[in-house]
Amino acid sequence: MPTPAALDATFQALADPTRRAILARLAMGEASVMELAEPFAMSQPAISKHLKVLENAGLISRGRDAQRRPCKLEAAPLAEATGWLIEYRKFWEQQFGQLDDLLDELKRLEALAGKN
Amino acid sequence: MAFGGPLTITTPDDTQIVITRQFDAPRHLVFACYTQPALIRRWLNGAEGWIMTVCEFEPRVGGKYRYEWKAPSGYVMGMGGVIREISPVDRVVSAELFDEDWTGGETVSVLDFDEASGRTTLVNTITYASKDARDGALQTPMAEGMEHGYKKLDDVLIELA
Repeated sequence: MPTPAALDATFQALADPTRRAILARLAMGEASVMELAEPFAMSQPAISKHLKVLENAGLISRGRDAQRRPCKLEAAPLAEATGWLIEYRKFWEQQFGQLDDLLDELKRLEALAGKN
Repeated sequence: MAFGGPLTITTPDDTQIVITRQFDAPRHLVFACYTQPALIRRWLNGAEGWIMTVCEFEPRVGGKYRYEWKAPSGYVMGMGGVIREISPVDRVVSAELFDEDWTGGETVSVLDFDEASGRTTLVNTITYASKDARDGALQTPMAEGMEHGYKKLDDVLIELA
């Protein structure tokens, strides 16, 4: 299980839409900073700043190649953080599914009682 | 369960979780399901296999509420709190505390019920005492008795994108 501090770094890194888009791009394969900057109306230094946050959170790693330093997605922290969100979500989906059924029943009762 | 459905869960800042869900029912019914014990226990019965063993809710300012659930293993999880504000049929504010104080202090829960064309949008804003408490809350109540099968990363990214 990740430590609260590690989880924190992950959540913080994921809080930004540009960084999420970068991760989505990296899910398709490695990319250089230049390639990552292309689809965004952003300078390379601005993208590099986002990459630094993602790297510090352990969400990406940078290659050794001095020229290109390709970015690569690191799956584990993301899976851990969102795994919890998914479980939390699953829990509430289940509860609300039951609430839906109950509300249907109450609506029928009200209709029968002519209160609607 | 499909992503992008009517349920959204966001973490807008370090200490909050916001749960938003639409219901195909007028809000007086949704409000009742949140504030009448006989109705609460019909749906808020915990994770799969759990049973709700205590369900008390006094719908008035200063009123207390208390819920307990029992896991198949025999483990009992309890929580309770005090109603700070209740405005039928649109708002409930409560201060809550789990028995096992993994939330690190008081948690404030705001329920807002909004109705349009016979449908209700519920927004539950939960504010924890700290960042750690919020992150801890995301692990519970499913830490016990539920399987942690992580979705494939691709699914996760589809949801995030």
